Amino acid sequence: MTTKSQAVLNWIDERFPLTSSIKGHLTEYYAPKNFNFWYFFGSLALMVLVIQIVTGIFLVMHYKPDASLNAAGVPVAFASVEYIMRDVPGGWIIRYLHSTGASAFFIVVYLHMFRGLLYGSYRKPRELIWIFGTLIFLALMAEAFMGYLLPWGQMSYWGAQVIVNLFSAIPVIGPDLSLVIRGDYVVSDATLNRFFSFHVIAVPLVLIGLVAAHIVALHEVGSNNPDGVEIKKKKDSSGKPLDGIPFHPYYTVKDIVGVVAFLFFFSAVVFFAPEGGGYFLEFNNFIPADPLKTPPHIAPVWYFTPFYSILRAVTYPLFGLDAKFWGVVAMGASVVIIAFLPWLDRSPVKSIRYKGPVFKTALVVFVICFFILGYLGVLPPTPGRTLVSQICSVLYFAFFLLMPWYSQLDKCKPEPERVNFK
Amino acid sequence: MSVDQEMDSGRRTLLLATSAAGGIAAVATAVPFVASLTPSERAKAAGAPVEADIGKLAPGEMMTVEWRGKPVWILRRTPEMLASLDKTEDKVSDPASDKPMQPEYAKNKFRSIKPEYLVTVGICTHLGCSPSDKFKVGAEGGMGADWPGGFLCPCHGSQFDLAGRVYKSMPAPDNLEIPPHKYLADTTILVGDDGKA
Amino acid sequence: MKSGLMSFIKRAAAIVLFAPALAMAAGAVVHLDKAPVSTDQAALQHGAKLFVNYCLNCHGASYVRYNRLQEIGLTEQAIRDNLLFTAEKTGDLMKIAMQREDGKAWFGAAPPDLSVIARSRASEFGSGADWLYTYLRQFYRDPARPTGWNNVVFENVGMPHVLYELQGEQVAHVTQNADGSKHVELKLAKPGKLSVAEYDKSVADLVSFLVWAGEPMAEKRKSIGTWVLIFLAGLFVLSYVLKKNYWKDIH
Repeated sequence: MTTKSQAVLNWIDERFPLTSSIKGHLTEYYAPKNFNFWYFFGSLALMVLVIQIVTGIFLVMHYKPDASLNAAGVPVAFASVEYIMRDVPGGWIIRYLHSTGASAFFIVVYLHMFRGLLYGSYRKPRELIWIFGTLIFLALMAEAFMGYLLPWGQMSYWGAQVIVNLFSAIPVIGPDLSLVIRGDYVVSDATLNRFFSFHVIAVPLVLIGLVAAHIVALHEVGSNNPDGVEIKKKKDSSGKPLDGIPFHPYYTVKDIVGVVAFLFFFSAVVFFAPEGGGYFLEFNNFIPADPLKTPPHIAPVWYFTPFYSILRAVTYPLFGLDAKFWGVVAMGASVVIIAFLPWLDRSPVKSIRYKGPVFKTALVVFVICFFILGYLGVLPPTPGRTLVSQICSVLYFAFFLLMPWYSQLDKCKPEPERVNFK
Repeated sequence: MSVDQEMDSGRRTLLLATSAAGGIAAVATAVPFVASLTPSERAKAAGAPVEADIGKLAPGEMMTVEWRGKPVWILRRTPEMLASLDKTEDKVSDPASDKPMQPEYAKNKFRSIKPEYLVTVGICTHLGCSPSDKFKVGAEGGMGADWPGGFLCPCHGSQFDLAGRVYKSMPAPDNLEIPPHKYLADTTILVGDDGKA
Repeated sequence: MKSGLMSFIKRAAAIVLFAPALAMAAGAVVHLDKAPVSTDQAALQHGAKLFVNYCLNCHGASYVRYNRLQEIGLTEQAIRDNLLFTAEKTGDLMKIAMQREDGKAWFGAAPPDLSVIARSRASEFGSGADWLYTYLRQFYRDPARPTGWNNVVFENVGMPHVLYELQGEQVAHVTQNADGSKHVELKLAKPGKLSVAEYDKSVADLVSFLVWAGEPMAEKRKSIGTWVLIFLAGLFVLSYVLKKNYWKDIH
């Protein structure tokens, strides 16, 4: 490096921790060398977040959160989305990137969370990372839900109507609460405007803050790995973990491979199937919102359906409160319970590689239930389906609530001293 | 840097190739984003050429048409008005319209295709205000005894003559812009398109 | 070859994606004919002409600009001369003069804007094009309806059969299926100006135009997409080899 640029760097370093940050988070951040396929999804989630923020910034330049009808009798918000798709140069690419990005975000985040389940990444000392992660997931759900209202199509409108009405199930304050959320007696222009505000400013700010906290906490304790052993326990004479390698360049070049592969599949959807078969962009959402006419079958977007199924599975009133209320409680609990995993898992080992058959079975059953719940969530309910979703909901909660018991009872293999590599 | 010295040539080539390809990808990705900042089809449609019917315009009268959101004036000048341009010849800063504020066919004393009709964008070349017409000659118009008629910008006082030429020592640097235009018929002007693209 | 592979992938993807949707088809099953959608310019131009002549009186396509029709091979002059009835400039949107309130009063519901109709009509039973293709060919005489017309796929539709001059008049022969559902068979009672094959072709062209109007950039999207995927595949190989090169140091 030339002395001049070194001088500039010194000048900055005396005032801002530039070099030390690069060292601490990249060139001298030691990550376990045995990361596998599942470890791509953290960096991919960050990548999708960037895609969503950048495309979002450009969409806001042209989108209009206005529910009033234009001269042609179409809501201005709906028309402004088609304006972006047709009249704004390059607008359709930006819009499809954003709409596909929403679904991609959830795919990547679900896989990222599943990685945590597989390898016990939530265990001590990574409890805070996991809690921040759960909060990110919650914020993401709020972000996606409010963003989905903005195109002001039929599914946007009735989806918001149904979800906001959930809040009215809360005893005493419920009806007033849903009124405050909507700002009107029905979902209306007032709702659209506040959801727009939350979607473009409030929630993204929270999301970015939580992501920063998530990464800072991770870099404080260091990454877990597929073997679930702490690489910090075995260090060489210079204090570097024996099984650790600098994040940069090794994981930067590796993550780039993951990013390019992800972008390949992402682009395939954006350019060849942006509607995602009606799951990423629902067909009914090409009809402008009509407050007087509900589409024959409304289902939430696919990434909410497992939780939506749990909501619908509750059909019994309890303690004098009706089923609707308990459904909302169950749905809320099904998300919040994820945050308690660090204290529910009492297994002596972290990674699935060394856990016994009981935990493995529980995890398989849990994943199957999650998929069935997601599948049932897009279907209209029938008595048979409701029964299946009730069974799956019970198993979903059992996975968490019985974990302190079955994770201890399991026959685990001993954890190795060092990580397995090749 | 020390890493560079250790780097084998194969790795260096690969790194360069990947970075170059990544750079191309980044530039290509930027294309739709930058494109989205340019005028949309709606803006282009709104900015399409407009036809003006000047059949009912009496001598000395001015009409305004909107083109690309800006006022375009069409002033039918009387012989007296045209004569006043001789008087202002040495008072204006660019009497021969040497600066490119007009199409080639309007680069003349009258700054117009037909001397009688002045077609000009009614936006001051200083900071974009729209000047007011001050057609009344002399002290009566409140512009001083020797005022031959013209335009006054209300924002910073720039004065223009009846060919849109700016007076010397005014805040505005240039003459008023003459938009591309052509006559579709004797009484119809198309503003915004002169067939020369 | 490329398009063959693409359509195979698409069909396979559709089967996988629609699996839950198909499973939920517990309600009324709608049988749709497969629409022969074309991207051929002559077909699209014919469709555009039919659209302007028969649809654009009651239905707008208020997100489509006339000058966009240059993308289906029409010149600006041809658009101005043959299609521009209600608008003044070729840059204008395909709007209609009819007021929504009037539409509501006349047909029971304001005729919907048709810009994205081909996208919104998609369902588990078929694409939006299939629905439109079937719908526009299955009008039949029904004296019980205020317009005198009814439709097999859209029962008690408010819209009269605007293409009846071309198709002629069909009558319905309704029978009960074994499971109690209705089976409607249509017969051409009075032929129109076009033969059945000609009429089907005209409707196919009209539907092709509506598909085009629903997403005018669709073809461009796919052609850009092909290049993007080829490029990313190349970048993947490069980045993978680079990663291998770095990681050979890790033991």
